Amino acid sequence: MSPNQEVEAMLRSALVPVEPSEALGDRLVRGLSELTDAAAGELADWEISAMRDPRNWVRPAAAAVIGGTAAGALVLARARQAHKRRSSGGLRALERSLRDLSGGVRRRIVG
Amino acid sequence: MGQAEDKRRLDGDFTELYRSHLRDVYSYAYYRIGNHHDAEDLTEQTFLQAYRHFERAQRESDGRPLRPWLIRIAHNLAANYYRDRSRRPQTHLEDAAVLSAPHDTEALVEGRQELRAVLEGVSSLPDDRREALIMRFALGMDNREIARALARSEGATKVLIHRAIRQLEQRLDAGDEEE
Repeated sequence: MSPNQEVEAMLRSALVPVEPSEALGDRLVRGLSELTDAAAGELADWEISAMRDPRNWVRPAAAAVIGGTAAGALVLARARQAHKRRSSGGLRALERSLRDLSGGVRRRIVG
Repeated sequence: MGQAEDKRRLDGDFTELYRSHLRDVYSYAYYRIGNHHDAEDLTEQTFLQAYRHFERAQRESDGRPLRPWLIRIAHNLAANYYRDRSRRPQTHLEDAAVLSAPHDTEALVEGRQELRAVLEGVSSLPDDRREALIMRFALGMDNREIARALARSEGATKVLIHRAIRQLEQRLDAGDEEE
């Protein structure tokens, strides 16, 4: 075996894939499914045909804002619960990303 | 097809992406950052960001695998992580699976020391070389996938990996001579 191949063999032994904790998997699944369910539910309620009439735009748009905010708040509440033992720095970063995401969901629903 | 139907299909595809690549993203984050706590945060933020842009990525992928795109998101977030906090990767990984194995015999102890030296050597490489090795060996990505994740050509990626292995080999040799 050449020195190069030896190093490659050592790298294969050292850099083994790392399994995430079950808690992380649960946390991600919960957060993502809540977001997607909320967004899909809102869209299902608003038939596209109804949206062709501008007179119908106000109520769904308002509902979208409320629904999006509620979804974001729900996810954030769950995330807070999951992160209660973690550092405040990590939590703030997560809150920021969730706020961004909540805004993105709102934009998708309204737009 | 209605928008709600499109959304359901998109979410189903995203769920599949998540199931297939959670371990890849986490492994990348762990070896890139060096501790489980921040690796979990990085993994979570990677998937949240991926969700926001999934529709467009899927549309533009032309059927190509999305793993490089996902790893590129993690790569960018990791870069921000270091920029924001002015930190370098931790030299000592917390407890990669191989290092936490029980050490009953002298041979095992030697093996663990050797692997620790390899991990420390990887951690000390320049960012691009370290990342290429993580993608190749921890995630099993081929040159084409790594090239897409690092936004380089396949040729440049091949050279990058070759040089990374050579540099690591030299560091390990230098470590052996010191002992």
